Order: sequence, then structure tokens, then C-alpha cells
Amino acid sequence: MRYLPLNDADRAEMLGVVGATNIDALFADVPAEFLQPGPIEGLPNHASEMAVERHMAALSARNLSAGSVPFFLGAGSYRHHIPASVDHLIQRGEFLTAYTPYQPEIAQGTLQVLFEFQTQVARLFGTDIANASMYDGSTACWEAVAMAGRITRRKGALLSSGVHPHYAETVRTMARFTGDAVRHTAPDLSAVPDDAAIIGGISDQTSCVVVQYPDVLGRLPDLAAIAEAAHDKGALLIAVVTEPVALGLVESPGALGADIVVGEGQALGVGLQFGGPYLGLFGCREKFVRQMPGRLCGETVDAAGKRGYVLTLSTREQHIRREKATSNICTNAGLCALAFSIHLTLLGGEGLSRMARLGHDRARQAAARLSAIPGVSILNDAWVNEFTVLLPVDARPVVRTLSERGVLGGVALGRLYPDEAGLSHGLLVATSECTTREDIEALATALEEVLA
Amino acid sequence: MNDMNPSGWRPKMGGEPGGDAPGETFTGNRGLQLEEPLIFELGRMDGCGVDFDDDPGEPMAGLEKHLRGAPVAVPGLSEPETVRHYTRLSRQNYAIDLGIFPLGSCTMKHNPRLDERVARMPGFADVHPLQPQDTVRGALDVINQLAGWLIDLTGMHGVAMAPKAGAHGELCGLLCIRAALEARGDAREVVLVPESAHGTNPATAAFAGYRVESIPGTADGRVDVAALEARLGPDVAAVMITNPNTCGLFERDLKRIADAVHAAGGFVYCDGANFNAIVGKVRPGDLGVDAMHINLHKTFSTPHGGGGPGSGPVVLSEALSPYGPLPFTAKGADGVVHLVEEEDAKAMGHAHAFGRMAAFHGQMGMFTRALAYILSHGADGLRQVAEDAVLNANYVLRSLEGVLDAPYGSSGPCMHEALFSDDGLAQGFSTLDIAKGLIDEGFHPMTVYFPLVVHGAMLVEPTETESRAGLDQFIGALRSLAERARAGDEALKAAPVLAPRRRLDETQAARKPRLAWRGDRE
Repeated sequence: MRYLPLNDADRAEMLGVVGATNIDALFADVPAEFLQPGPIEGLPNHASEMAVERHMAALSARNLSAGSVPFFLGAGSYRHHIPASVDHLIQRGEFLTAYTPYQPEIAQGTLQVLFEFQTQVARLFGTDIANASMYDGSTACWEAVAMAGRITRRKGALLSSGVHPHYAETVRTMARFTGDAVRHTAPDLSAVPDDAAIIGGISDQTSCVVVQYPDVLGRLPDLAAIAEAAHDKGALLIAVVTEPVALGLVESPGALGADIVVGEGQALGVGLQFGGPYLGLFGCREKFVRQMPGRLCGETVDAAGKRGYVLTLSTREQHIRREKATSNICTNAGLCALAFSIHLTLLGGEGLSRMARLGHDRARQAAARLSAIPGVSILNDAWVNEFTVLLPVDARPVVRTLSERGVLGGVALGRLYPDEAGLSHGLLVATSECTTREDIEALATALEEVLA
Repeated sequence: MNDMNPSGWRPKMGGEPGGDAPGETFTGNRGLQLEEPLIFELGRMDGCGVDFDDDPGEPMAGLEKHLRGAPVAVPGLSEPETVRHYTRLSRQNYAIDLGIFPLGSCTMKHNPRLDERVARMPGFADVHPLQPQDTVRGALDVINQLAGWLIDLTGMHGVAMAPKAGAHGELCGLLCIRAALEARGDAREVVLVPESAHGTNPATAAFAGYRVESIPGTADGRVDVAALEARLGPDVAAVMITNPNTCGLFERDLKRIADAVHAAGGFVYCDGANFNAIVGKVRPGDLGVDAMHINLHKTFSTPHGGGGPGSGPVVLSEALSPYGPLPFTAKGADGVVHLVEEEDAKAMGHAHAFGRMAAFHGQMGMFTRALAYILSHGADGLRQVAEDAVLNANYVLRSLEGVLDAPYGSSGPCMHEALFSDDGLAQGFSTLDIAKGLIDEGFHPMTVYFPLVVHGAMLVEPTETESRAGLDQFIGALRSLAERARAGDEALKAAPVLAPRRRLDETQAARKPRLAWRGDRE
């Protein structure tokens, strides 16, 4: 029990100070019938550091890690190279083991990072402001829909078919309980995003239009046109970015007219982590700030006139507004925000641009090589670093067979849309600056053999 | 774009150099207490601290109309500048690695570094959530092992691992309750929440579509059972209760409350934020709880990183287990742990799942840390955790009785946290002065002004990872501050004076919000 500093002598003396005869006297308010007489049965007792490490290493070894094989998965979770200094810095105890900055005088480190993060995200998204992070992209997407409902006082959310199905399901789950109407359909396997259908679907009951950019098939919708149509009907445009690195190459959603931009920040600094913890990004127009969910950090001065930072506008939050709060969120993804911010600080705008162009370059190479395989074609006519490959057969067993050959070859659309037979031949392929020519050749060779 | 600070590094600090503070310096630094500019004042817009292997080509034809005109306007710093910037900032933070972090109801305890090493193993840190299941068997085993422990420790029937934080877990629990009620065609509208509950509880109930009604507390700091029972009826979907509660006390009558709620057709949600006080000693399932979230960072010590991430698995009673969200793990007839997603839910007998509440499968990086922590402690150690946490809290409570007012000091032993109030301080002195005075003494203050039911509340949670000597030093500091406040020591009202910043103007921050750096536009 290496994590417990008290020894039995301490315990006996402290019980004396407290005035209790034994430890269970301190549990006197627990009815005796509910007090466990000894350790919970069926579970092992404490283990040494070495034993735990061995156990966990054995479990880790049963997984095929992305970095050990040619790797092409995306669909809302992206692998990029994380500079060594990112992980070093987030492991500093003063960041890693700090709590929420409730006492700003001794939390300026965390608070300044959050202020810098908010500024970075706002500039990346092209919004006036951004909050200090949320759980992940999908929950941020739901919070944006709820926020649009508060602003427009309407209950109808229109989601483009290009929105990631897990994001759409998250929105639909929550909307079921809040009475919001959500319209979302699966995409068609077309090179053209559903912009026309979305624009045609906007009515004066629509609270928001939610458009993913780039979308789930790797296509680029015309955000400016959709923003104009939404605004004409009094609706807000919410843009969803699952791959923030893409914004190093293409125009920011805010600059194209989006009112709220949400996204997944995992791609920078955070890593794959089998799905979490990830990082919810959330930016919007400044006039909506009091309807915004989540934490905000603001600049102010201290009693001596020095610049400093505090959590602010907390009168929106649950601990003050209780059932009238703008969300029930009581935390943020502070450590993930720190990782994101450090990674983006190392890159700068120039580095992000170069990283996005490298990933794009690899995707062009991959698309060219894969489309040379008989029966295989590429859906998209433009993309950043992710595109859809059309196979002559169901992509799900192909992906499994590729993995048995040591290639993680992409995400089968059937995994994302199990009920949509029309999408089953689609394979989403993502690349990044980590992708090598050898990786591309390995994927293409394996795919040729599997399809032969 | 020229929005860097032309002088490179000298910060615009607001205060004038040569002010009245002793030892004013040119840089604003004071020895090892360092001032640090923003990255926007340090870095150049064309700077970059990352080298790439080769040059990218031109973007493809067809992409032209989408391309951005200029790079994103964020500065880039070289690697040494970056390392130094964040290292310097880190030194302006208090953290559990530096000393006691006695935030009642928040629970900050030692974060073992073994857990960090484990979470970074490539089989956990570097696997994609949508890899074929045969390539992630170990990761699925982690989820399943942790889930099994959580079920055993709580005496419950099932567990939803998806929620991403404690408050997200509350939402998950209420959505399970709502789904179960809907399945029997029962449209109940009200959730009862005691006054002493966490602020997230009423917010969560409202977000799950319920009307919230408050239940008062008793003079001894617990739920008024008679008032609660009188309010029960066919419109009450659930009661949300925190046990041990936010006054640091065990709700003795929880089983009686649960029986009454169940008899009235409702469900009991327990806020499990304080589970660390009873882990291994009491199983909430035995008390009639239907759903309870477990903040892994609190009870099982995953690092909170200045505000998160959290992780809030929700344990469920037999009545609610069929309604948990997707995806989840389950052991199939083949003895292998499967990840159950939309496609398989019906086949795995889970047709009533209410859907997804987030993309992917929950906070895997927290699961590995929590599992390593649980394995390190084992069944015997976890029991010791609760006992030491409760012993430390009572030691603080009894050591400060007579020095600080303890409103429920005569209500019996406290659990994991000791509650004091500002009664008895001299006129004009408040809880805030004690808290800020603690900063000058080198401690992080306790939770202040919560719970709301106690005037000037000070909620101290030492946790089990504090030594007796450490507690004695903290108690001594609190005693000294209470005596200074009682003696009317005006200097205390200026505290802190030794921290990197004096008291910060929160009113100005809220009145004229500055939420992003705009130095280039001013």
C-alpha cells in the first residue's frame, strides 16, 4: 500500500485525537447491516508496481498499435506525429496534477494556457471567441445545437448527411430528451456534398444547420452558400471540424460565415487513445458569449495592477444557475487543451499549413496508387487528407483481412453505417505527415491481393 | 502581419515599473518567481519549432476555391522557447505534487506515475477507436476488467463506461431512468434534488428534460426524509442524492428513502463524487441505488490536469442495466470480450440502449490509469483508502473544533471531508480571507462557499494520501489564520501578498470580457 503514508501507529494516535475507539466508530452512521465486514470478495489484494506494470503490459501487447504498421484510419480520430516536448511538458506535475483553477492567484499557469488556447482556437476557426475546451467534438456538436436553440428559440436542427454518424447519433440521443427535432440522413456515395438538399431543407422553423467540413466522406461543402441561405431564414450555421489540421490548408469556417464552429482537437497533441479522452473545441460569435456552454478564461488585473487571468462569466454555469444553466458541464479537457496548445505553438500557422499540405500530398499519392487497382475507384474530386475509396465488395471483411496482414487500411463505411447497404463498398482512407511511400505501397499491394 | 511584440519578450504587465512593492525589478521577475509573456508576444507568425522530412507539393486541382489565403494567424515558437514558456508557466501553478490540495467535494489525491507510464503503452495510447476488434483485444479487456471491478465494488448489476466526466455520467444515469420509464409508458416529469446537492444535479435534470424541485435539509446536515417522502408521487421520475453528502455526512436513511422512491415507482440516482469515502466499506447497490456515476479521477486518482479530463462511468441496477448507452463491452458465449455497437446491440440482448452520448467508447486513457490504480491497491488497499480518508478528515475536524465553527460537528463523525463556517471570525473577516491567507502559507485553499446551505462554508478534504505530519502543518496554518481573523488582523484582508498574483479583479473580467488576445488590433 505504497500510496498511503499513515502507518498503524499514526492511525492509533489519530484515533485517540479524534476520540474514537476504532476505525469503524467513524463509520457509525452507516447502518451495520450495510458495512462490509472485510475486503470485497472475489478481488485480488494489492500488488507491487512491477506486478501491475507486467499485467498492463501484457494487455497492451494484445493490441496492434497504429505506429507499428501501415496505418490509414481516420473518420473522426487522426494520427499525427506528436513532438516529444509536448508529452514532456504535459507530464510536469504542476500541470498534470493541478485541479480546476478555482484560486487564480496560484493557478496562473493553467489560466494563461487556457487564454492562449482560446485565442489559438478562435484564430484557427475564424470565430471571435472560443471556450476553454469541452469533452470532445461530438458532445460539443450537441452543445452547439442546444445553444442555437436558446438563441433562435426554435427547436429544429438540420444536419447535413456529411456529419459524422456518431456525432449525429449523439445529437439525436440528447434531442430525444429535450424535445428538439433533428433531421439527418446517411450520405449518398456521390462526389458532390448535399449542399443543395440542405439549402432546400431550411425553413423558418430551423434553429440551425449543422455541416461538417471537410465532411465524413472527405468532401468539402460550400459553407458560404449554406451560411447565406441559413441566415436568410433566421437560422444559425454550425460548422463541425473533426480534423483541425485540415484548416491549415482550407479556409476557416468562421471566415465563410459559420456562427458557431465546433470540433475535435484530438489530432493535435492528444493522440488516438482508443477514443478518449479527446478535446472538444468550441468557438462562436462574440455576441453569443452568454449562451455559450463550458468554461471561459478572461483577462483582468490583480490588486497591484498586474495582468492576470481568471475563470469568468460563471453566472452561466451550473454551480450558480443550477437548472437554468447553459449546460450541466462541470469540467473541461484542460490537459488535452494544454497538449493541443503546445503542439500548435510548436507548429505555428506556418507549420500547421505545411503539415496539412504534407498530409494532402500523401493522400494524393495514395489515391493515385489505389485507383490503379482493378475495380477500385476514388469517390472524391477534391479532398484534404481523407477520401473515400470505392471497392467492388463489402469493405468490412476487406479491412479485417488487411489487418490480419498487418495493414490498418482504413475505416469501412459499413462500420459507421451498419444499416446502409448502399454504403457498404465504401472505404475511408486518411493520411498524414506520418504516412510514408512504403506505407502506401504496402496498403495497395495488400488490397490488390485481397481483391484478387 | 505584425502582431508580435517588437521588443521580443518584455511583457506589457499593466503595472508601472518602480511601483511601491519592495524589490521591483526591470523584468518583473523576482528571483525564481518568473513573469511570462503570452505566446503571441513571444513568437513570430512565421516561426516554427517542428522540422518536416520533405517539402509538400502544390495542392491538387479542384481544391483551389477552398484554399485559405494566408496561414492561420497563430505564432510559432522554436522548441527551446516552447519548452521554456510552458515550464515557466507551470511554476505559477499549485498542484497536488506540491502539497495538500484540500478541495472538499473535488478530491485531489496523489497521482501515481505508474499510471502515466501504463497509459502511454503503445497498445493503449496509439490505437484507433475504429480498428478491427481482433486488433484491440487487450484494450477491450481493460474496459471489461475495470467494469467488473466497478460492479463488484458498488454491488450493482451493470455499468455504462461511455460518459466522459462526472456530470456527463449524471446525464447518462438520468437518460437511463428516462428510457426505462418510457419503456413502461410512464411519462413522469419531476426530479427531486436536495438543497445540498452538487450544482450539476439540477442542471443535469433540466437537460434531461425534467422539472427540478428542491428538497430541504435537516438541522443536522442531511436530507429531510419526511419532506422527501411527502413529495413522492406518480409524477416523480427520480430522486438525486449525494452520499456521502456535500456536508461530509453519511445519509443514514438512504435505504429507507430508496424503498419509498421505488414504492412510488421512481428511481434513485446517487451522485458518486464522494465514493472515495466508502469504497470497499459500503456497496451503494445494497442501499437501493439505481444509478451512480464514479468520478475516476476522484476515487481512482486519474490526473485532473487543471480542469480535466474526467471520466464518469455509471453503475446501474438490474432495472436500469438494459437501457445503458452504446457502445459497451460484453463477454460473448465464446468467452471473448466484444465491443457492442449499433450493429450488434440487438444480437447481444441490448435492444433498449438509448443510443450514443458521445462518439467512440469513453475515456480509455483514464480507464488504463484507473485500472492500474485499482490493481495497485487491491480489495484490501481500497478498503484502507476509505478508512484513511475518513480518519484524516475527522482528525482535521476534531483538531480545529474550537478554532473554527463546525456547524455539524455534533452530528457525528464526518466522512471524507470536514465542514467549517465563517461564524466566529471577527466582523469584516470572511472565509475568503482565510482561503487567501492559506495561499501565503503555501497551501491551496479548501473549497469555499460550498455547500450553499452553510454560511461562509469551508469544506476541507485531506484524502488518504496526506501524512499526519503534513496534516499537522496544515492544521497549524489554519489555526493561525483563524486566530489572526479573530484578532482583527487587517493585513489578512490583503492576502495573498506572496503569490505570483494578488487578488484578481473578477468583476472587471466579467463586466468587460477579454476572452482572446487582441494585441494586434489595439
